[in-house]
Order: sequence, then structure tokens, then C-alpha cells
Amino acid sequence: MTTIVIVGAGPAGVRAAECLVAAGCRPIILDENDRSGGQIYRRQPPGFVRSAQTLYGTEAAKAEALHRSFDTLAGKVDYRPGTIAWGLHAGVIHTVKAGRVDRIAFDRLILATGATDRIMPVAGWTRPGVFSMGGAQIALKFQGCVPGRRPALVGTGPLLYLLANQYLKAGVTPAGVFDTTPFRRQLRLVGGLAWDPRTLLIGLRYRLELVRWGVPVRCGIDPLAIEGDPAVTGFVYAKSGKRHVIACDGVALGHGLRSETQLAELAGVSFAFDRRTRQWLPQRDEEGRTPLGTVYLAGDGAGIGGADVAEIEGKLAAWALLHDLNAAVDDGERTRALRQLRRAARFRAALDAGFPWPHDIAARLDDGVVVCRCETLTAGELRRVAAEGAPDLGRAKALSRIGMGRCQGRYCGSACAEILSAALGCDIADVGRLRPQAPTKPLHVDDVEASL
Amino acid sequence: MPLSFRVDGREVLALEGDTVLTAVLLAGIRLRESEFGDGPRSGFCLMRACQDCWMWTDHNDRIQACATFVNQGMVLSTRNPELT
Ligand SMILES: Cc1cc2nc3c(=O)[nH]c(=O)nc-3n(C[C@H](O)[C@H](O)[C@H](O)COP(=O)(O)OP(=O)(O)OC[C@H]3O[C@@H](n4cnc5c(N)ncnc54)[C@H](O)[C@@H]3O)c2cc1C
Repeated sequence: MTTIVIVGAGPAGVRAAECLVAAGCRPIILDENDRSGGQIYRRQPPGFVRSAQTLYGTEAAKAEALHRSFDTLAGKVDYRPGTIAWGLHAGVIHTVKAGRVDRIAFDRLILATGATDRIMPVAGWTRPGVFSMGGAQIALKFQGCVPGRRPALVGTGPLLYLLANQYLKAGVTPAGVFDTTPFRRQLRLVGGLAWDPRTLLIGLRYRLELVRWGVPVRCGIDPLAIEGDPAVTGFVYAKSGKRHVIACDGVALGHGLRSETQLAELAGVSFAFDRRTRQWLPQRDEEGRTPLGTVYLAGDGAGIGGADVAEIEGKLAAWALLHDLNAAVDDGERTRALRQLRRAARFRAALDAGFPWPHDIAARLDDGVVVCRCETLTAGELRRVAAEGAPDLGRAKALSRIGMGRCQGRYCGSACAEILSAALGCDIADVGRLRPQAPTKPLHVDDVEASL
Repeated sequence: MPLSFRVDGREVLALEGDTVLTAVLLAGIRLRESEFGDGPRSGFCLMRACQDCWMWTDHNDRIQACATFVNQGMVLSTRNPELT
């Protein structure tokens, strides 16, 4: 029998599993979370009884549909929640669940690993009360909590406006939305109108709602510091050359998302630099095939596309896999999915243009700003190793330990690349990327020894 | 249902379904101290990626406070037992 493994039970992984089961396969599904749904459709803990409408707002119907689909797969898939896939070598995937390691030899693998927040550091971002944008949203969805009574939302991207509205609905008035993207630049979102008017209208409604509630929305700001002693008391920013301080008791910080690509890299998939988002992304064809032949990619883990795209890509990857195993695939459905995907790609291009990663901030960060929160390495240290001749991130890592902390560069990697390229005066693509190593998430030493 | 557990010897109250992180932060501003001496931390990503919310059980098992539900009577430490 063919062993098929899916990593990730978010929108992409769930749809992939569904298509494989429909074709008579029984995939193994590994997911670090204890419940299916991934990030956007994260489920609340057992015993919590908020409605789907409360939790998922405009996307409630999609969330419920996805959860229902996954629940009907029970017994037809080998679902392993709470399991981390931490290593991948020579057709074997290494896992750990509650301290017990295991390995699975696979014939085919679908990576649907999703994303994490992309962060541009700011002085004071390690203070208690500062959370990633996604983290702040998880606190709300998963625990019904808000960081503080008057949180500030800092960064850029649609998630700022979504979360600010979710706060209003939960009865919390944010101190403000502080967007690094100038309003003028955000007008490029209009370019997406033809491709996904619904999403744009939802975004517009979110803005109007903030105006109606009198929540300050400042665009084109330069974040200067998160103040506190030690808990957050204020956010300092510059706009049009003037310095402003806003009182707040919590901060949600995020500048879009970055793909979780470690397993693809360990599998040996080749990467290319994507100029538009300034990230290194694994190479695949439109249906998710990689040149390796046995590994397929879907969803945000292969490039940020959003939840709808993740569902489509999950299906396409499963169909591609089935096709490659000489199983029959409905060509009509496949063609329809490809058409949807192309439409969504046009919309994504507008979204990326309207909310760019604010890479130029990196060059202006003070030397003292902590970049790596795992080991408190600063922008100044990174510039020092650049001055000492580190020509790229690989060398900078060896000289400074940047990216070697517990999070393995997930939260500092994007900023480090920008700081280094600015310090060296070279093209961002030339500084390369932080290479992941197994284990891709920290394990207990005992676990690793047991698996050797 | 109300629960109670201990962190560094101090009692913390919680509700069933609270994560350790939620319960500790509802009771105070800090979750743990940074090992690098730059002050308190409160976790960051809440999705098991940043690793900034580690705690240890009385069996020396490491947990992530953001992803661990509170159990009645659990005993936790914010200091790595292997370093003390
Ligand atoms: C915190 C957060 C909040 C978001 N909120 C919204 C929102 O409100 N609205 C919106 O439109 N978009 C949101 N997004 C974007 C949204 O996540 C995606 O568009 C969508 O969820 C992507 O689906 P996916 O299946 O590709 O990945 P995900 O939904 O991220 O699912 C990936 C799954 O893979 C698991 N996984 C990853 N690596 C491993 C591993 N090594 N081993 C085991 N399991 C692994 C993860 O635990 C996760 O369950 C959010 C993103 C983040 C990070």
C-alpha cells in the first residue's frame, strides 16, 4: 500500500485529505495542534460554547464547512493531532507526540504547514503585553482574551483591520491602528476589485466601523518604541516627521505572514527568491508538485495566499498526487480549481502591493533594538558581523548566533535579512536565507537520543 | 469550573479551558523572566512557534504555556531545572 502523509490540518491539509479519502486512500495526517482547523479556523477548546458567527465572523460558513468535512473523515484517515513533524530525511519523516518520537517512511508527502506572523522589530517589542498579531487573535478566538483593555495594533496588513473589528465586537475599543503602509499606497488594493470584490468590501466595512467607533487609524507611520516599566504603557511613532505617543496597555504587532518552509527545505525542494514579498519560497508547479516527485506543497506554507487559496491548493495537490499514482481525477473539477486559483493570485498581487512588508524600516532601527528575542541579539550586533565581513545570513548566523535560538529564526529571519542587506549595501536576494536544521522545533535531548 | 495550580510556589486561579499562559497573565503581567537578563516576558506568538513561553512541570517536563491547559493542582516552575 502507498503511504501518504499530510503535514498540517488547516484548510489546505483538510481539503487534501478529503480528496485522497474520496479516491480510496487513507492518509496519515500530522498536526501540531490538538484540533483541526489550522490558524484561521482554529477551534475553541472543548466546553467553550461561542457560536461560529462570534468566532469566525464573515467566514463562519466556511469555517463550519471545513470542520464538518474533517469530522466526516474520522475513521477514514490516520489523524495524529498534537504531533510535531520535526525532521525529514531520505523519505522518512520524524515526529514527536507528547515526548514520544516516531518515524514514518512515506511514499508521498503533502506539506500544508501554514504560516506565522512576519515581524519587523521595534524597541520594546519583548516587553510583557506585546503579542504577535496572529497571537493576539488566537488569544481572542481560543481563550476570549485581549492583551490589555486598550491595545494598540501595530504593523501592516489586512489582519490589523480584521482584529481591530473583532475587538470592537468583543466590547474592547483599541487605542488605535498604526499601519506602516501609507494610505496612498494602500489605494493599490483597488486593483484587486475585479478579482475579489467581496473581500475588498469587507475590508472597507472594517475601516468604516473603526471610524464610526472613533478608533484612530494612522497610516504611513514609523514605529519608534513600545514603552513600559515593564508592562506596556504606550506606543511611540513618527508620522510626517512628528513624534507621537499613544497610551495603550498592550500591543499586537505584525507585518503580514511568512511561510513555514522548513520541512520543504529539509526535503530538498529548491527555493527561489520572491521579489514581491521579499521571501524565499519553495518551488512547485501550479498544482503543488515539486521536482522531487514525491513531495507536494499546498497552502500558506508554500507562499501566502490566504484561506480560500489554501483550500483550493489542498485539493489540487491531492489530485496531482493521485494523478501521479495513475488514479483517475475529475478533469472538470481540476480545471475549475485552477481557474479559481489564477483569479485569487491576481487578488493577492493587489493585496501584497497594498500592504507591503516595510523592509525600509530595518535600515533605520537603532543599534540597540533587539532583533532576536530568543537570545536578545541586537541590530547593532548584526551590523557588527556585517562590518567584520559576513557576506550573507549563513555566515552572520555562524558569527553572531542570529537565527540559532529556540524559534530557529522564525521571528527574526525576515528582519535580519533586511538589516544585513542594508548594512552590506547589497541586494536582499544576495544575503541568502537562514537554513533550517532538524529538529525544526526544539525537542528534549532525551527525545532526540531515543530516535537516533 | 474554577481550578487552582502553582507557579514557582505561588497559587494561581484559573477556569477550566484556560491555558497556563492565559491564567498566569490574567493574574499578573509577567509569565517568566528572560534567561538573558533583559526582563520579564509574556510569551508572544501563542501558536507554539516562538518558544517564548516555556515552563517546567514538577517531573521536569518542558511545556509551552500557550498550548497547555491548566489542570487542577498542577505544579509548574518558570526556571529550567537543568540549569538550577
Ligand atoms: C495566527 C494566525 C491567524 C490568522 N488569522 C487569519 C484570519 O483571521 N483571517 C484570514 O483570512 N487569515 C488569517 N490567517 C492566515 C490564515 O492562516 C491562512 O490563510 C490559512 O489558515 C492557511 O491555511 P493553511 O492550511 O495553509 O495553513 P494553517 O491554517 O496555518 O494550518 C497549518 C497547520 O499545520 C500545522 N503544522 C505546521 N507545521 C507543522 C509541523 N512541522 N508538524 C506538525 N504540524 C505542523 C499547524 O499547527 C497548523 O495546524 C492567520 C494566520 C495566522 C498565522
